[in-house]
Amino acid sequence: MTQSLKFVQGNVACAEAALYSGLDFFAGYPITPSSEIMEFMANRLPRIGGKFLQMEDEIASICAIIGASLTGHKVMTATSGPGFSLMQEALGYAIMTEIPCVIVNVQRGGPSTGLPTHVSQGDVNQARYGTHGEHAIIALTASTNQDIFTMTVNAFNFAETYRTPVILLLDETTGHLRERLEVPDEGDIPTVGRLKTEVSQGVDYHPYLPREDGRLPMSDFGGVHRYNVTGLFHDMWGFPTENPKIVYGLIRHLVDKIDHYADHMTRWKEFYLDDAPTVLISYGAAARSALHLVENRRKRGENLGLLELQTLWPFPHALVREKCRNAQSVVVVEMNMGQILQQVKLAVHQPDRVFLANRIDGELITPTDIQNIIHVIHGKGV
Amino acid sequence: MAVRDYLRERFFPHMWCPGCGHGIVLNALLRAVEKLGIDKSDIVMVSGIGCSARISGYVDFHTMHTLHGRALAFATGIKMSRPELTVLVPMGDGDALAIGGNHFLHAARRNINMTAIIMNNRIYGMTGGQFSPLTGCGMFGTTAPYGNVDHDFDLVELSKAAGATFVARSTAYHVKELSGFIEKAISHKGFSVVEVMSQCPTNFGRRNKLGTAVNMLETYKKQTAALDSKAAADSPDKIRRGIFAQTERPEYTSEYEKMIHMASGKS
Ligand SMILES: Cc1ncc(C[n+]2csc(CCOP(=O)(O)OP(=O)(O)O)c2C)c(N)n1
Ligand code: SF4
Repeated sequence: MTQSLKFVQGNVACAEAALYSGLDFFAGYPITPSSEIMEFMANRLPRIGGKFLQMEDEIASICAIIGASLTGHKVMTATSGPGFSLMQEALGYAIMTEIPCVIVNVQRGGPSTGLPTHVSQGDVNQARYGTHGEHAIIALTASTNQDIFTMTVNAFNFAETYRTPVILLLDETTGHLRERLEVPDEGDIPTVGRLKTEVSQGVDYHPYLPREDGRLPMSDFGGVHRYNVTGLFHDMWGFPTENPKIVYGLIRHLVDKIDHYADHMTRWKEFYLDDAPTVLISYGAAARSALHLVENRRKRGENLGLLELQTLWPFPHALVREKCRNAQSVVVVEMNMGQILQQVKLAVHQPDRVFLANRIDGELITPTDIQNIIHVIHGKGV
Repeated sequence: MAVRDYLRERFFPHMWCPGCGHGIVLNALLRAVEKLGIDKSDIVMVSGIGCSARISGYVDFHTMHTLHGRALAFATGIKMSRPELTVLVPMGDGDALAIGGNHFLHAARRNINMTAIIMNNRIYGMTGGQFSPLTGCGMFGTTAPYGNVDHDFDLVELSKAAGATFVARSTAYHVKELSGFIEKAISHKGFSVVEVMSQCPTNFGRRNKLGTAVNMLETYKKQTAALDSKAAADSPDKIRRGIFAQTERPEYTSEYEKMIHMASGKS
């Protein structure tokens, strides 16, 4: 295996992975701390015949990639907090119209313009609940360059498989951290291509008629099948309808096609969980600090374990319940007011044993911070 | 091909009110497409939200009914990825110039090859008659019960200033002229804008006591004058109809292709 070794920022690892996945269309609007992704695309895409657009704002960016995806391209946009807020309406459109796309949110502190160059994990719930109406969503995250690479490829694969937008929630620290990245050879990580319809020209094609496995074969827009795409509730031809049965069926489809396959999407890492009375649960940059602490305390005979989540939505309740079964206490380590904490409490048998170790001041949570909080939780004082 | 063959009859009856100008625009548009003989499968129509935006459902092209104000942004993604397709973007005046104003300016600035058809009924029709950026001072709407204090845009001047290379204006009364302008706009290489004054008897007409749809159409006849016509020379305050700009400027998708050639080392 002739792997190419790089020393790059997490944002660049994400961009490299997007190209690896077959991305050939990117539109964006600059915002810290995500801009390196679009700068990379501006440089690389024209060289391989792809298209890069710097649009007038984030709304235009996500709309443009949705349009391009419909014509058969693999597409992505990247932004941070405020830009992600602007994208919510079009995110809902991509969900409703079942158009694959990847949206990277390199999180920064908020609300509002908040902390442009500081770390935060405040957009976990925005990713899930930001757009209006009922739907399911896929949101992934990662803590190292290598994982950012893998999860980005996963994001494209899930987007194509489930015909849905997929959100990649990075954070300022992992986005800007420079470290080693091994770019795998082509084919080392499988990439999923779009499922194209086999219906031939002239035969009635139903763009919104799911197969038995829930997948929807697509026809490239501008190709041989002419059909209608709308954000309104629509029937199997894509025509607007208010028929309660069809409306019900479509909502169920949008939710079930993701929630029923949640197990296929759940990605995680675990460290020393087998004999750990105290289980840490973390993700993104916070998980790096958590792992450091776990390894450090192990050397001193303290049995901490770590469950690092890489799929945040659909939330892996069953996995968390299973991994925390024997824990005497569970400490969720995150850089917000407890967004994943709430899900963990829903998942475990004894929610009163779930505690939060957080930091919300724009600084990276350190191993010492976590250790101090654990001491307080365990009644030992700092 | 007969005009009927461009319609999706499965989607009828349409949702427009009796007397609405939007149906006339649809008719003029289809006749232009028929004249140009473009294959149905080579046309993509992208619309936003509003009564006007519903036009996309009725035509047998590749059609995308998107978000309020965002049609041009979606259309940009489509045109960039498939430059060979003809991209038509019908919009309401609120759709194009209020919520979508920024996208409109930037599509014009890029001079990307697509045709924006702005169905100007001077009101938000679909949401029940609130004033729009083209309602005009002193006119009435549900949100301007004492007369509108907002000034309107001059869409022609705005489009030219933003960089559109083809700009025309006509009305729902002047159907043949309108169809001709749309035909020229589609043939033009660059960002083309056709403003159509299109009556909304239900919301604009009623609230401003403009009579029936027929009365409103007659008003278009009376209030407007073709550029360079005697009527125009005689009455300077009449609204001008005609082609206001038809210029050559590098088109975005072609310039982009050149950049790809340069960057990828192809000659
Ligand atoms: C983000 C958003 N804001 C508001 C609306 C509500 N809305 C739907 S149509 C419309 C106005 C349509 O007016 P116009 O674009 O002038 O078209 P017309 O209906 O008059 O043809 C508005 C405000 C919406 N759909 N989305
Ligand atoms: S409300 Fe006005 S614009 Fe809408 S369909 Fe009726 S007449 Fe036409």
